[in-house]
Amino acid sequence: MSTISIPPAAGSPGPAPQAAAGDRARTRRGRWYRQPTLMAGLVITGLILFLVIAAPLLTSYNPDTPNFTATLQSPSAHHLLGTDQLGRDTWSRLLYGGRTDLRIAFIAVLLPFVLGTIVGSVAGYFGGWVDIVIMRLVDIVVAFPFFVLVIALVFVLGPGERSIYIAISLIGWVSYARIIRGQILVAKRQEYVAAAQAGGLSHVRIMARHLLPNVISQAIVYALSVDIEQDILAIVTLSYLGLGIQPPAPDWGTMISDGQNFLTTHWQLTTIPGLAVVVTGLGLSLLADGLADLLRLGQS
Amino acid sequence: MAFVIHRLVLLVPTVLGVTIITFFMIHLIPGDPARTILGIHATPRAIAILHAQWGLNRPLVDQYWLYMDRLVHGNLGQSLYYGTGVAGLITSRLPVTLWLIIYAAILAVVISVPLAILAASRKDGIRDHAVRLIPLLGLGMPAFWLGLILQSELSVRYRLFPVTGYGTGFAGHLHSMFLPSLTVAIALCPVIIRSLRASMLDVLGAEFITTARAKGVPATRLYIRHVLRNAIIPAVTVLGINIGFLIGGTLIVEQVFGLPGVGSLLIQSIFARDFPVVQAVALVFGIMVVLVNLLTDVAYATLDPRVRFD
Repeated sequence: MSTISIPPAAGSPGPAPQAAAGDRARTRRGRWYRQPTLMAGLVITGLILFLVIAAPLLTSYNPDTPNFTATLQSPSAHHLLGTDQLGRDTWSRLLYGGRTDLRIAFIAVLLPFVLGTIVGSVAGYFGGWVDIVIMRLVDIVVAFPFFVLVIALVFVLGPGERSIYIAISLIGWVSYARIIRGQILVAKRQEYVAAAQAGGLSHVRIMARHLLPNVISQAIVYALSVDIEQDILAIVTLSYLGLGIQPPAPDWGTMISDGQNFLTTHWQLTTIPGLAVVVTGLGLSLLADGLADLLRLGQS
Repeated sequence: MAFVIHRLVLLVPTVLGVTIITFFMIHLIPGDPARTILGIHATPRAIAILHAQWGLNRPLVDQYWLYMDRLVHGNLGQSLYYGTGVAGLITSRLPVTLWLIIYAAILAVVISVPLAILAASRKDGIRDHAVRLIPLLGLGMPAFWLGLILQSELSVRYRLFPVTGYGTGFAGHLHSMFLPSLTVAIALCPVIIRSLRASMLDVLGAEFITTARAKGVPATRLYIRHVLRNAIIPAVTVLGINIGFLIGGTLIVEQVFGLPGVGSLLIQSIFARDFPVVQAVALVFGIMVVLVNLLTDVAYATLDPRVRFD
């Protein structure tokens, strides 16, 4: 707030503070929809979410039912994006595939978020040897290239959805632990923490009720954008390799790998699901940048 | 020097931790690891041999000790599929992967530097917005998909590059590995463009740039001699920090382009259920990342004395 506020006239002290609060709320509200990045992100992500959630209304074909009389058809009025080598409707598989991938990605983000937030708070709040041990552990997990570890873990756990959750949780908590720890290190020097400690509140209560609400926003932005995007890529890659979603269930990764044998003749089978991943990533990235800008504005 | 020793001391627990994680992978396998790995048609004898080899019926600490003892002697285990030592298998394929990583890193820098200059020279201009769109599009792009498209268009349709393989001789490698390296580079560019743009904007705001401008240094010279020089250190550091990302990118790209590297060895070993190879490749990549990060830190501290014990 750089504007100089004029002190209210002596005769009217009552409504002034309320009006100021209203002004502040209005400018803050005015800010978020004037952010083109954030709006573009919201529109793209919202559109994709709508398409996958409303999938049953937008297509009349079952994504898994083969039709051997209509294989490898070109796009037409009946099949918007044509059909694949088993005669399954590509548009329908695209929508239902996105449903699977996005559902798993959204769930997969939750556990590492909770785990990393707890571990990061403990490390940042207590410091000392607890912090040293936890940060060493973080260094070790970070040492592995993400895709190497995810692929190796899902391989040993056995392919499928459950293994994806476990593998992503075992690796993903690290980012949250780092973000939260960094924020807590700054926040715990604030006076309100000292006040809470002097008031005899328990450590758990101080962390959960006083510190976390002040530091969680950055972790939420990371979860909703960067991390979900990374998880979608991991799920699609695993499925492309046959380690993720098992056929005949539709998903963008298996669609790309099914289509790659027909790339020269039926390019849409491979290109379209890949584009879906890119557009989803674009939406989430824009959302991330917009939210980050908003956070910066809110803090300054 | 003290900094280097400090970093080396920190290295020990990390490397030990990496070995512990790869060691424990075997115990994440549901059921009896030997039976699961060998499949349902395994003879009791084969299972017993694997049990003895990995010391599966001994306490965990003993098993880890056995594992470490072998590692120290350069024994990464026996491949179940090839029947040969894993260490030899990896070293024979490592040159291809190193070629790919270095080629991709060079391409990524060659692509990113002009784009970052373009963006930073007119902050918030049209060019800046256009360049900033690249990371947004690139970060969510599956590398294997991009590889498939490039391959089908440039190699299959226009026959500009070989579809698979890595060619013979230096020129052959350069030609055959262009597309896979480009694929990995494009995946890497978003990260480099972002940090290079940010560090160039920092440099552009510095007082010595204003001085240089006031002295009438021409724009080209200003960007090459003054801005790029100071912005390139952070960019190289970003490359070092993202070595894990770079290695991760090579895995599937090697598989798509049929390159006989360590990444495709990992993927093929997964299809062949060759657990010892998967375990060893994860270990080698993990240690590689730790070492490159160490080198990056040391190089950075040598180049920029302001960063030491932060």
